[in-house]
Amino acid sequence: MTEPIARPRRKNPILRTRQPILPPWRRSRVALGMTAAAAEGRFELQVCHACGTTQYPPREACVRCLSMALQWRERSGAGELLAQTLLQHSHDEYFRERVPWRLGMVKLDDGPTVVVHLHGDVPAPSARVRVGARLDKAGMAVLVGFPDEDVPNMADDRQLREMTCDPKFRKALVTDGKTATGQALVRALAAAGADIIWVGYAEPWKKLPGLEELGELPQVTLLPLELTDARSVRELAAQIGGKVDILVNNAEHHRAHGIASRHGTDVAQAEMEINYFGMLRLAQEFGPAMRSRGADGQSSAVAWVNLLSIFALSSFPAHGTFSASKAAAHSLSQCLRTEMRPGGVRVINVFPGPIDDEWNQSLPPPKLSPEALARAVVGALQDGIEDVYPGDVAQEWRARWQESPKVLERELALA
Amino acid sequence: MNGPSRRAGYDDIAVAVPVTIPYQRYSIRGAHWWLARALAELLAAAGLAKQDVDGACVSSFLLFPDTAVGLMQHLGLSPRWLDHVPMGGASAVVALRRAARAVQSGDASIVACLAGDTNHVDSFRHTVASFSQFARDAVYPYGSGGPNASFAFLTDYYMRAFGARREDFGKLCVAQRANAASFPHALLRKPLTMADYLDARPIADPLRLFDCVMPCAGAEAFLVMSADRARQLGLPYARVLATIERHNAFPDDPIQMRGGWALDRDELYAQAAVGPADVDFLQAYDDYPVITLMQIEDLGFCEKGAGAAFVRQHEFTVEGSFPLNTSGGQLSVGQAGAAGGYLGLVEALRQLTGRPLGRPVPGARIGLVSGFGMINYDRGLCSGAALLAGGGA
Repeated sequence: MTEPIARPRRKNPILRTRQPILPPWRRSRVALGMTAAAAEGRFELQVCHACGTTQYPPREACVRCLSMALQWRERSGAGELLAQTLLQHSHDEYFRERVPWRLGMVKLDDGPTVVVHLHGDVPAPSARVRVGARLDKAGMAVLVGFPDEDVPNMADDRQLREMTCDPKFRKALVTDGKTATGQALVRALAAAGADIIWVGYAEPWKKLPGLEELGELPQVTLLPLELTDARSVRELAAQIGGKVDILVNNAEHHRAHGIASRHGTDVAQAEMEINYFGMLRLAQEFGPAMRSRGADGQSSAVAWVNLLSIFALSSFPAHGTFSASKAAAHSLSQCLRTEMRPGGVRVINVFPGPIDDEWNQSLPPPKLSPEALARAVVGALQDGIEDVYPGDVAQEWRARWQESPKVLERELALA
Repeated sequence: MNGPSRRAGYDDIAVAVPVTIPYQRYSIRGAHWWLARALAELLAAAGLAKQDVDGACVSSFLLFPDTAVGLMQHLGLSPRWLDHVPMGGASAVVALRRAARAVQSGDASIVACLAGDTNHVDSFRHTVASFSQFARDAVYPYGSGGPNASFAFLTDYYMRAFGARREDFGKLCVAQRANAASFPHALLRKPLTMADYLDARPIADPLRLFDCVMPCAGAEAFLVMSADRARQLGLPYARVLATIERHNAFPDDPIQMRGGWALDRDELYAQAAVGPADVDFLQAYDDYPVITLMQIEDLGFCEKGAGAAFVRQHEFTVEGSFPLNTSGGQLSVGQAGAAGGYLGLVEALRQLTGRPLGRPVPGARIGLVSGFGMINYDRGLCSGAALLAGGGA
């Protein structure tokens, strides 16, 4: 059974911080389909539309009937462990630092035999196994063999923790503690075992409910942070930037306007100042230090979370300038994701539908509660998911967008 | 339903001039250098000029970005028949098959079969990382153990399925090391004891150090021509009795416990009109001992799963009851990339023509050479075997 991990000791400042190295990241284009599904937390393999054969490794044509109609479909992952090994030697720098490393060969009930990273709690062959896909440090999907039934401390498995961003014993920064969403995020991170949670708050002269109570949590330290002010961001980074393992950028400015409903650009600029430039300032000040700490022991820097919006995918005209700022932020986050990749730090984008807060007051339900949003964020960290669409509205829009962005554009125009 | 087509025999085909370029653990030369030396040695030993060789067949992992074509310009050869066989451990048997047919049909009269690779300090890692699309997508990101990890799975499964013990694999490794003692080109000649084998450094459970082949640089070569031509040239030769090859056999087996030999061995023995009992020695592909056991089974020396019992009943030294890998095999000589697939065939030629570099197999008349290659994903895809007979001179 997995030994629960212990709170890390204070870092010895004399020792060199281990530099991040990525596991092998090259894949064929067709194999990236597995990564696309794993990024959203699904285990998908190619299934032949013509004959139903499940394929692995990823192929260009069906191994059985040669049909080109291979579709990525969710699979159960149930299977039997055929063989295992404990690797003591590796040709790759990443694994060389991490051996011994447990691997398995699993016969899936769906057909193919797969090579997996084998969780430490899977019994010896021929045990039943559940195979799932996870993103590794390189951000590429890999298969993991899990024990057939959950066991205590599963998430603490040394190999699995390389593929997740579990908040347990990690230090997090939540950029805005004044909103209901921010406060729910802080409480959820605390409940998930985060060691220290720094909570930013802007405009201290504006008292908003809940912040002081939040500051009474033992893990929480409140710190002033103005995302509109480069100096404020820099000062905070100088103070804690070398220790942040998880950065949750939840600060946002949200007004319900299109183009004609308000004269001038001040609201749109204010939205961009927080939603786009705020992220850019944070990324410039916190990004490099986090990226350099991607392999810093058990509690390394692991994740950067952006609170975007489902409106980032396609404009909701009634909140048109907000949608545009989130679209800009989404685009920037993709750049950030690439730049954080060498450190193995995952950029997690959260695309909620309307959150049940004052700025969406006039929108009809269903709306996403701040608590549900926070649960989804912590769940994504624990499962290592990269793109999160929490709540029914986000899921539905996501599905419509995936089917046809143009149709969705027309639908939103009528909304 | 019609069965497979009937294959013509190999009447009058000679395999001659076994060449081994002494191996080195690491080399600063390129693969071309090793292949050039092999060709030069072939010509010198046969007393031929370059223009006498009108066919060539090349195997090499590290020739890239060249193929056999580029090598021809590199070496100044103008063959009228050329083949490139990228089949790893099955390369020699496959090259022999191709070359024999070329000679029989008159497409070429003398074919130089060449295999060679270099080994820089870091080249094996690159070979493993980009071995195949399936390996890159679905194996290398999992610990990057290379063939060690793949054969660890097969060994782990085999031991459990058939009750084999580490000592059974160890007996093969120890015997091969004893064979290597008299083979001048073997890189590993220090005697190996069973205790050494069992207590060696763990590599990938259940494999330990002496289960794993050692990458090195080297080259191997031989000539294929008509027996008439060989006699004219005064070259001792072996005759080809029968050959088989198979790729991606038994794709529905969830894990590899047999290779293509099991599918084709009846044809092999029928074509040669001999049986396993007539075989005087076996040169098996041996990058890891589990695959040697599989070949012993699949080539009909015992039932599937009885390999361990077979090992316990036999001695595998040159003078033993079942001479195996009489040069020491790759596990003692080293694995010079694609030349590893040639090692057994070239050694068989020496034994069958009565010119072994090491100890002779007493009374060797018929040798069986087996090849196995290309762990594309979870199993070796290529298998081949050739039955050769001595006595040609």
